[in-house]
Amino acid sequence: MNKFRILNAAAAAAAMLAGCASAPAPAELDNQASKAIKSSFRDQGIAKVDRLAQDLGQAACSSDKAPDDAVADKIMAEALYTVKWPANGQYIGDWRTGERLAQDGRGMTWTDSSTDPKSNGGNCYNCHQIDKKEISYGTIGPSLWNYGKNRGITDVASPATAPIVQYTWVKLWNSKAYSACSNMPRFGHKGLLDEQQLRDIMALLLDPKSPVNQ
Amino acid sequence: MRTRTLIGLAALALCAGAQAQKSTADGIAEYRKMLEDGNPADLFEAKGEALWSQKRGPKNASLEKCDLGQGPGVVKGAFVTLPRYFADTQQVQDLESRLVTCMATLQGFDAAEIAKTPFGSGEMANVTALATWIAASSRGLRFNLPQSNAAERQSYEVGKRAFYFRGGTHDFSCASCHGEEGKRIRLQDLPNLTKNPGDGIGFAAWPAYRVSNGQMWSMQLRLNDCFRQQRFPYPGFGSEVTIALATYMGVNAKGAESIAPAIKR
Repeated sequence: MNKFRILNAAAAAAAMLAGCASAPAPAELDNQASKAIKSSFRDQGIAKVDRLAQDLGQAACSSDKAPDDAVADKIMAEALYTVKWPANGQYIGDWRTGERLAQDGRGMTWTDSSTDPKSNGGNCYNCHQIDKKEISYGTIGPSLWNYGKNRGITDVASPATAPIVQYTWVKLWNSKAYSACSNMPRFGHKGLLDEQQLRDIMALLLDPKSPVNQ
Repeated sequence: MRTRTLIGLAALALCAGAQAQKSTADGIAEYRKMLEDGNPADLFEAKGEALWSQKRGPKNASLEKCDLGQGPGVVKGAFVTLPRYFADTQQVQDLESRLVTCMATLQGFDAAEIAKTPFGSGEMANVTALATWIAASSRGLRFNLPQSNAAERQSYEVGKRAFYFRGGTHDFSCASCHGEEGKRIRLQDLPNLTKNPGDGIGFAAWPAYRVSNGQMWSMQLRLNDCFRQQRFPYPGFGSEVTIALATYMGVNAKGAESIAPAIKR
């Protein structure tokens, strides 16, 4: 056997060994993925790489499997704790402004210039049917047509409606309080919309005069 | 061609108005059909074909010896097997990053400089045109990405994890929009990219000509704009995440027929 053939045989053996080597463990692949994510992005305008630093919920909801119950409960409890209630118990604003916000899908991308909530929309129609007159709506979230009417709201100031009103405020402020891995952004918690904007969207959903509840 | 596009747009608007959302998908399909023989992607395709054999760059050489995975100079069939592992670069590469490698090694261009160039300008526009022609050369073929190399399998696994990675101001991942069947954003149908979404859908449609902005969009630009809408920071051109996501989508699309370059709204 000449030297060349020995080398070839050695290379073949090495290749076979490499082929036999077991696939990387899931934890090792997780590690590879997180290294890849860190090295693949850069700051652009208002969209900085710190947006890739995950909190508990983002990390736990980053696979095709739901987190286990204990983790989900922790996410929901922490989310509920973050909710800031509106000043003076004022939950309801102007549904007309709410409709404009629901239509507006702008904000927080690297082509937007400001992170001020005033420059953001609510993106609502991207995922939800709301006023039936708008036929261009998404289906990732449930239909919100007749949201208040279906829940029997005839007077938003009546104490009897308080549970629904507060539930809705929490859902808008931090959707993860009710569903750990909800697809819905946390509009209040992440500073995407301010308190007044949230009141206006509340009005769109709950005000008996809103077109949503006709 | 411009007149045809305008007529098409008018027809789409009519469809959308008259038949409402029930048949929006039908309306768009009809509109695409009307444009099939007038897809402006043809222009980019022709430009890419010319660029392939043209002597250019500091080395005044063509790309005719470029190895896209099927051997030097073989273009047909390459698109439906990318991304794949390349021994010379020891990396998994997608079509666009592989083209940049060829432009650097064969023609003497500066790869890092091209990667930094904005989409639609300078040599990046040439990469897009080349990718359009190379994709078109595999039209009608079915996706069949190799997974025999450990690096290719790792790319798939990294891509899967990147696909489900939630972050940013809105908690979005790719899966937020592309993880389920039959969902829409506004009226836009969203392919489920965790499986084979069907012939000519999702990964099997890009590069595509975007009528709404009159631009030719490569897969790298498609992913770039997804991340923008996801409210993520900016993905580097040819970065590991973009290639891993392409591997994930491409392997999932196994058996899907490529219609690229497609035409999109």
